[in-house]
Amino acid sequence: MSVPCPVCDAPLTLTPDAVVSELLRCRDCGSELEVASLDPPSVREAPAEEEDWGQ
Amino acid sequence: MRVGFLHSLIRLEEKMLLEEFGRRGAEVVLLDDRVLTFTLGQRPADVDVVMERSINHSRALHALRLFESQGLVCVNSSTVATTCGDKLLTSVALQEHQVPQPEVRVAFTPESALVAIEEMGYPVVLKPAVGSWGRLLAKVNDRDAAEALLEHKTVLGSYHHSIFYIQRFVAKPGRDIRAFVIGDQCVAAIYRTSPHWITNTARGGQATVCPVTDELARIAVAGARAVGGGIVALDLFETDDGLLVNEINYTMEFKNSVAPTGVNIPALIVDYVLRRGAGA
Repeated sequence: MSVPCPVCDAPLTLTPDAVVSELLRCRDCGSELEVASLDPPSVREAPAEEEDWGQ
Repeated sequence: MRVGFLHSLIRLEEKMLLEEFGRRGAEVVLLDDRVLTFTLGQRPADVDVVMERSINHSRALHALRLFESQGLVCVNSSTVATTCGDKLLTSVALQEHQVPQPEVRVAFTPESALVAIEEMGYPVVLKPAVGSWGRLLAKVNDRDAAEALLEHKTVLGSYHHSIFYIQRFVAKPGRDIRAFVIGDQCVAAIYRTSPHWITNTARGGQATVCPVTDELARIAVAGARAVGGGIVALDLFETDDGLLVNEINYTMEFKNSVAPTGVNIPALIVDYVLRRGAGA
């Protein structure tokens, strides 16, 4: 499954085991992206880090 | 078994966990905290156990309490999340269970915080009670820095920064230890090495295997029990007087630790969650 990067339009390939909400990084522009849907395949920019993120 | 998997972004850790659940034939119900809604008194999902993997502490904490209110077993529990999500509450729990930790003082005003810092002696580390990935930690080397930092926190900080958590600075040998505890066992540990005093791998610390000695296992498991048990990752300092527990994390990140330790941490986590779901 190939989808365009929403930031730089470079083609991204979703692997067969991709899941909705999965975090990806565009190899062309480095943007952090999130799988928005699988059918049809689409990605969107991942949310920005928030103050209470992480461990 | 139906496993509710509370998440937001699916990072590599969550992907590894989902794969392990899949290998065991468990049915996973994805619960995205960005779309999930709760009606008090009703179960939001037909599941047997909930595994918490939210990236936001505030969402995780409240979602867990809501799930528990409907009788669902959660890993970790909201009690563990409450304690581990607040460095002050963690320190209190460690103190109550006689688990060694660096000296900690707490104050509620900039003026009293300065008194506490001066009594402790420089350098100290000022930390927000709630926070992670090493954000907004400050090593305070002298009174000038202390006064400036306390003023900045007062003027610029949110109300979270009005609780002054002051920890004695521990001179580390260029590294600290992250130990992974699942149930009653310390399953693996890494050294986090960095030339910077903040060694979080999220901040560039390098992970290498750390042997799980009897002392490390004993203190790590004691620390885990102090905050309520379950699946936790502890950060520890090596000192001449032995190991000190610095912080405890309840939604552990482990992607940088599987390869150096050779321990399949996500597999062990999934086994534990399934045992808890089965009533163990």
